[in-house]
Amino acid sequence: MSVDDATVRKIARLARIGIAEAQVPALAGELSAILGWIAQLGEVDTTGIAPMTAVIPNHLAWRADAVTDGDVQGKVLANAPDATSGFFAVPKVIE
Amino acid sequence: MTALTDLTIAGMKAGLAKRDFSAAELTAAHLTAMAGARGLNAFIVETPEIATAQAAAADAALARGEAKPLAGIPIGIKDLFCTEGVQTTAGSKILEGFIPQYESTVSGKLLGDGAVMLGKLNMDEFAMGSSNETSAYGKVISPWKAQNSNRELVPGGSSGGSAAAVAARIAAGATGTDTGGSIRQPAAFVGISGIKPTYGRCSRWGVVAFASSLDQAGPMARTVEDCALLLTSMCGYDAKDSTSLNVPVPDFAAGLTGDLRGKRVGVPKEYRLDGMDATIAKLWDQGLEWLKAAGATIVDVSLPHTKYALPAYYIIAPAEASSNLARYDGVRYGLRVTPPGGNLADMYSATRAAGFGAEVKRRIMIGTYVLSAGYYDAYYTQAQRVRALIARDFEQAWAHCDLLLTPTAPSAAFAFGDKADPLAMYLNDVFTVPSSLAGLPAMSVPAGLSADGLPLGLQIIGKPLDEAGVLDAGLAIERAAAFTARP
Repeated sequence: MSVDDATVRKIARLARIGIAEAQVPALAGELSAILGWIAQLGEVDTTGIAPMTAVIPNHLAWRADAVTDGDVQGKVLANAPDATSGFFAVPKVIE
Repeated sequence: MTALTDLTIAGMKAGLAKRDFSAAELTAAHLTAMAGARGLNAFIVETPEIATAQAAAADAALARGEAKPLAGIPIGIKDLFCTEGVQTTAGSKILEGFIPQYESTVSGKLLGDGAVMLGKLNMDEFAMGSSNETSAYGKVISPWKAQNSNRELVPGGSSGGSAAAVAARIAAGATGTDTGGSIRQPAAFVGISGIKPTYGRCSRWGVVAFASSLDQAGPMARTVEDCALLLTSMCGYDAKDSTSLNVPVPDFAAGLTGDLRGKRVGVPKEYRLDGMDATIAKLWDQGLEWLKAAGATIVDVSLPHTKYALPAYYIIAPAEASSNLARYDGVRYGLRVTPPGGNLADMYSATRAAGFGAEVKRRIMIGTYVLSAGYYDAYYTQAQRVRALIARDFEQAWAHCDLLLTPTAPSAAFAFGDKADPLAMYLNDVFTVPSSLAGLPAMSVPAGLSADGLPLGLQIIGKPLDEAGVLDAGLAIERAAAFTARP
């Protein structure tokens, strides 16, 4: 599997990671090498094998439908890069 | 008298109980060792004030006769565990300055049992690495050097700070986490023991997530018994982790015997790689002899899908990472980079470009690719099918044996920069990844030295929830190997 420059730009955009144009060819090479190596999985016959969904079989536990947390606005906002009037603040989204 | 920092955790417990020394003295000795070994860069944050206060509390509890099982034992906490009020970065710049407002379940259990926290241990960024070279806070240097060489060596990864600190006698034990070998490989590289329990034994709550279906915490220490002591404290059901197993936790240390009579130990033929290092192959055979002498029967088994474990892992782990790490967007916590005149999307991509290192970006991008429309079935679904086959291989092997013995890693510790190609680095996890994919308990125990005098480990893999069996085999190897080499 070979990843071209356009695909690298597309993946970076989907992953919301800014990359400089100069990095694109190197990343294309690295990702191609890794994905090329991974492609050997295609040779395994998995007919009739269900994809694994639980590593160790386990039942999801139920809990009472009750409020167990809250009233910790200060803690929630303690690490915010920008908190204003008790909210997370972000750059303007609508022009 | 043995230096306080040379004692095992069991020895420290005995000395504290007899009041041969105080918890304050024990902690002070470790704080001095920590300050003297800063060159290793094992700690991202040192917490001497917290340690001193916890040691005083341990002394008070000891005086009252109410000491908890780990009262006064100085340990390090990997920087992947959230620690209330103490910076937690996961080795990443994107979390620089992040102060958790809560304590992870596992670190909380250890501290609740009286352990003393020396500080937060350095690690590969978001636990993605096998050498500690990806940490945003500088690489950890192994306390070991090869004979006739002055080259600095990697401590392994991702729990490299944990490994270096325990091997260098800065900490009596440490927490690690293991996604594809991150406890076992560094333990092997520095000549200590480490166990990854069954997936679900230790709560993941408050542990910064890398690949949630694989991540599992575990202890690292200088003896098997010490690992058992820490493991007993760390395990247990936690309603805050939906994959936590609600099963009783035995007292692993009390149950240790090292007696393997009636146990069958399997040797998976697929692990005997072409061109395998001769010293490692010989040590493996020696390990089998040791287990036989402890009463075990040795049987040959086959795990036919072994060669596909690494490529499956490098789809599943990055896929989960790309989803887990989507939370680092510069909004609620962590780094924020706002380009002048940029919109919200620009802030996301600038923040993540500046905050993540090269390996983390690489894995997020692989994960994004294999989960993207048109590729999901060919990559991700196929990998989860292969993962089911790998787990089935182990289940079929358990019809013939109770435990498996393999080398921990295909080589001894290497030097910085020796594995600059990402793929070459990934291949170092060839023996540890399959049991991670199957969620099985597995441990590394130091068993011998390489030709140039570096530690080599043997790995024991057990059935789900049979940590006790794994620890017993580990103890049998520890006794027979009598590994006394130190950095």
